[in-house]
Amino acid sequence: MPKDLTLGEHLRRQGISRRGFLKFCAATASMMAMPPGMIPVVAAALEKARRPSVVYLSFQECTGCLESLTRSHSPSVEGLIFDAISLDYQHTLQACAGHFAEHIREEIIKQHPGEYLVLVDGSIPLKDGGQYSTIAGMTNLAILEETAAHAAAVISIGTCASFGGIPKAHPNPTGAVPVTDIVKNKPVINVPGCPPIPTVITGVLAHYLTFGTIPELDDFGRPLAFYGDTIHDRCYRRPFYDQGKFAKTFDDEGARKGWCLFELGCKGPTTYNACATTKWNQGTSFPIESGHPCLGCSEPDFWDAGSFYEALSAPAADVSKWAGAAIAAGAVAGAGIGLKSMRKRKEAAQAHDPVTVDDLKT
Amino acid sequence: MAELSEFPIEVHEAASAPASTQNVVPLLHEIRHALTKLLQSDESTTIDLLSIPMTDADLQALEEALGNGEIDTTITALGTSRIRETRYPGVWLIEHYNVADSLMAKFIEVTRLPEILKADPRDIDAGLQRLSEQLSNNEPDETD
Repeated sequence: MPKDLTLGEHLRRQGISRRGFLKFCAATASMMAMPPGMIPVVAAALEKARRPSVVYLSFQECTGCLESLTRSHSPSVEGLIFDAISLDYQHTLQACAGHFAEHIREEIIKQHPGEYLVLVDGSIPLKDGGQYSTIAGMTNLAILEETAAHAAAVISIGTCASFGGIPKAHPNPTGAVPVTDIVKNKPVINVPGCPPIPTVITGVLAHYLTFGTIPELDDFGRPLAFYGDTIHDRCYRRPFYDQGKFAKTFDDEGARKGWCLFELGCKGPTTYNACATTKWNQGTSFPIESGHPCLGCSEPDFWDAGSFYEALSAPAADVSKWAGAAIAAGAVAGAGIGLKSMRKRKEAAQAHDPVTVDDLKT
Repeated sequence: MAELSEFPIEVHEAASAPASTQNVVPLLHEIRHALTKLLQSDESTTIDLLSIPMTDADLQALEEALGNGEIDTTITALGTSRIRETRYPGVWLIEHYNVADSLMAKFIEVTRLPEILKADPRDIDAGLQRLSEQLSNNEPDETD
């Protein structure tokens, strides 16, 4: 696609009708978790959008995030988002290698200063001069500093780039740090998850294309549109939690009936992500729907937060009893206490303190 | 070696569908309000069904509650889209599928006619040009 064409012109040249375009906009607005009233706004903005150059840097990572991202590149409506950007540098996907590949990165910095987007995948090692991960003789730190210096914005793809992830897990042998420890003078959007949901990645790109700005972020730099609610609050099993119905093992009656997985270690109550509504594999399901507790992979240091199969707090009493009592008492006192406990839970999640039974009661 | 069927495996029936989230009735009330608004001020409303936590059973219950109306049509553009009017005139169920036939978006629109059904002037113009070209190409044949 020539760079001087708008997205609308480009799609029309490809023979995509207005109906196809409106459908693309409706799906994009839904993907960005925007109120449907915004669909005409999205349509007007995407019609006029010009595609930005994108540099995708791969540091201490497993390429799982790229796998996730390219899974949304099916011949589909979301796939059109990839027509709307120019992915100019990505080691795994680009055809050229060696000096030619590095030359492209240098050219983008020179030709589009202040306009290109930098996507970072993986954490950056700082120990021993950053020698644990280098590309073309440059440390990850040097590449990130050089590339981010002239970028419009930086998007951290995945938990490693956002929070350090598995490379930063105890004992952190390479001294790994997240992007935000290095890039201080540019907007950085964190899109954590191990991997992030593909439609969340493309949704953030779509927001940038639509509005030319970065979306509203939470205290951890995550877009509120996707990370504004906990898995627990959006979970279809939430009614069972409220009724005090819990699976106690992976094969008991509760598990077969699809009851709440809290006691099996579900981190849903302290995990902010869109899995429960956006879902995975073209909207097929998400872990809890497959009967497995949430691991909390979009939260900082999830790898060091204790066993995946230990309840958020070890309940001293039978959980089903206090959950039932909470419902009975909740009618009168519920609202105020609920807000207070929600805030406390959020603070606890941010500080990564374990949440106690008392916090979850109301 | 033993055949798989010789192993003492007990097969249980798959778990029954998860129970309702109780979201269907509030949604129907929202649709009722939207219909009133449409009638009084000609203002349309769109509800994104994928943004609301609902089980498959809920979605089925909602579709049954809304029923089928007079119009059921398919758009073929970047995959198919199914646009149905429900038994309540002005309440439309819109499903967008991609080329691989997976659901991309699902809306309820409360409006007189969903915008996507109307032909766009730019598409009309392109079609007009195609028709004109076809007619001018055919002209020599007619004079023979």
